[in-house]
Amino acid sequence: MDLRLSEDQLMFKRMFSDFCAKEIRPRGEHIDQAEEPPVELLNKAVDQGFWAALVPESMDGCGLDVYTYTLMLEELARADMSTAVTLAAHNSLVVKPLLDHGTDDQRARFVPGLAMGETLGAFALTEPGAGSDAAALRTTAVRDGDFYRLTGTKVWVGNGGLAGLFLVLARADRGITAFLIERDTPGLTVGYREKTLGLRGVSFTTLYLDGARVPVGQRLGDEGKGLDLAQHALDYSRLGLGAMALGACERSLEEAVLFSMDHIQFSVPIAQKQIIQNYIANAKASIEAIRGLVTQTAWLADSGQDFSQLASITKLFSGHTAYEVTNKLLQVHGGYGYMKEYAIERYYRDCRALEIVGGTSQIQQYLVARDIYRAEGLEIRP
Amino acid sequence: MDFSFPKEYRLLRRVVREICETEIKPIAKKIDREHGVPSELVKKLASLGLMGVPFPQEYGGMGAGEIGYCIVAEELGRVCSSTTTVVGAHIGIAAMSIHLDGTEEQKRKYLVPLAQGRHIGAFGLTEAAAGSDAAAIKTTAVRDGNEYVINGTKVFITNGDIADTIVIMAVTDASLGAYGGITAFIVETDSPGYSIGSLENKMGIRGSTTAECVLQDVHVPKENVLGRFGAGFLTFMKSLDIGRASLGAGCLGGAQVAMEASIQWAKAREQFGVPVATKQAVHFMISEMFVEIEALRSLVYRTAWLIDTHQPHIMEAAACKLFGSETAGRCSNKALQIHGALGYSRDCEIERGWRDQRITEIYEGTNEIQRIVIASNLFRPYGVKVST
Repeated sequence: MDLRLSEDQLMFKRMFSDFCAKEIRPRGEHIDQAEEPPVELLNKAVDQGFWAALVPESMDGCGLDVYTYTLMLEELARADMSTAVTLAAHNSLVVKPLLDHGTDDQRARFVPGLAMGETLGAFALTEPGAGSDAAALRTTAVRDGDFYRLTGTKVWVGNGGLAGLFLVLARADRGITAFLIERDTPGLTVGYREKTLGLRGVSFTTLYLDGARVPVGQRLGDEGKGLDLAQHALDYSRLGLGAMALGACERSLEEAVLFSMDHIQFSVPIAQKQIIQNYIANAKASIEAIRGLVTQTAWLADSGQDFSQLASITKLFSGHTAYEVTNKLLQVHGGYGYMKEYAIERYYRDCRALEIVGGTSQIQQYLVARDIYRAEGLEIRP
Repeated sequence: MDFSFPKEYRLLRRVVREICETEIKPIAKKIDREHGVPSELVKKLASLGLMGVPFPQEYGGMGAGEIGYCIVAEELGRVCSSTTTVVGAHIGIAAMSIHLDGTEEQKRKYLVPLAQGRHIGAFGLTEAAAGSDAAAIKTTAVRDGNEYVINGTKVFITNGDIADTIVIMAVTDASLGAYGGITAFIVETDSPGYSIGSLENKMGIRGSTTAECVLQDVHVPKENVLGRFGAGFLTFMKSLDIGRASLGAGCLGGAQVAMEASIQWAKAREQFGVPVATKQAVHFMISEMFVEIEALRSLVYRTAWLIDTHQPHIMEAAACKLFGSETAGRCSNKALQIHGALGYSRDCEIERGWRDQRITEIYEGTNEIQRIVIASNLFRPYGVKVST
């Protein structure tokens, strides 16, 4: 066991870290207040490979292993959560399933645009009546010669407002199926943009499909294999959310440590108070626990083992822990923590999403318990 | 022992519930979005006597005591924490300090219009370097003939920009420290030299303004010294003690409504072919909310009773603030989780409740300070000094 980073991994980490610190971090407050995805910044990130993290070098991508990809998301989250979530959705939920499940033709057609920053990807699974119960989705895909006609409504589509390519899950004859649909497809309309508690720089939108005509060649994987494909993509997404929770907690700790050394009460920096020291120490302990989970899960993925359960555990633990950590570190800031000019205020709101997006904590709990009981021969219901 | 509310309190609750449901709840989202409690709403509250609930009728109040005031705070807390905060700063600390320590003339001149709601009150204690450590304030008041001249900058002052009357804590003798060196002054905000700096951009309670108040050579007649000269620290400690009970009451309302909304949503929202109300995880979250809410209700109204019957209440009031705010925190967080993605949307009142609640763990003495207050009172009989 050697957990040290390789030279390549170190190089990428430094490159990501430099760009995030220099370009993204100073814009975090603005992104939150403007409530718009940072388009210019995202375009700037193309050259550093942020859009092509998992794309193999043979296709002009970074060819990162999963572990290095988590390092990228950690660095992004440390700089700004909205930017991190935007790029994670693109890489984990669109590019990765396309690489894993797409035909050569599909990869040749769509990967270059996604990798070179021309096309942002969005993943459309959730529906008004199908949140935690994703399998209850009602969007239909009716075969019509060489096409499918897709009809239905998707909600909470991350990147919906910006995306050029949507990975949409719909119900076809043989079951739930994945499709790649371009934004300019007639019958596809991007609707309501959610106004959210945090992650205000992420464009979460409704997506209406009204008989949208999709060529058979844009079906991703076989008919009826959509849920497996989505599950696999969600495994990467959940691991990524853990990495972002890690970056967010690290940033929050950094903010709280600096504040507590600067802020003097009762004639001493509050860092001298035992209770503040305890808050800081507990936050650090939580951070290292998340890091351990993220690292172990990424190692499973990189060594070709099943990492689904550990991805759920990482998401479950890190989502809740990030809430608790940012909550306590906000408390360290006192009244200043409630003010928008302090980053902790934003991180606390941003991190609250981590117990909801990518499958609620309750769903992760179900998935983990299901696997445990299944091994004993008992099937449990959600 | 009789835990039932007498008829007049039940009537008060009914009146407040009605105005909350009909006049405040429909505009609560707008108050949050547009950063302001409309002055017409404050007038309406005043016309019902709700800007002076705890104060004696002879001073323009309702005469409903702390219990009555907690009922009002609880009901307001159900619908709009911004409004609760505006009223809380006005009644709970500003007018309360004049009620507790004011002279007859001061009460006639300042408490009456405050209690009647013709004037709005604010309380100016916190400074940039003096939050939890309130004794570290730097604002000074220097005697000049029959007046005092006040200089300094107060921050995070609720109602600072809309107040007619503000109670200002200032150092009158730095050599004497907190006890003896700080004096409270009643300041009229139209006095020359009083101005508003920036307004804070906050996570929540966005309808309640939080102002920087600048005092530059503000002249105040010596008659406006509130309480004993040099005893300002005691004045604000007493006011804050009482304010903490009603703060807990506001949290009670917020926690209760979060639970009620969660029950309704869980009943309506179907996943896996059944309402989520059939899920055990939801049952447990709601049960835990209920237990904490009922514990808080008992604590709040018992503390209000202690205050109304002039019994010691410092630890209990601190407990109201501490347990109330953390209960509201846990309840609003569970409620958000039960609401799922909807709870993360600003279209949902749960989202606002979650943001609004968070300040209650910080303002009017952080929860760390409440723990220190409780510990120092518990250790005092044993001669152990609990330092800050």
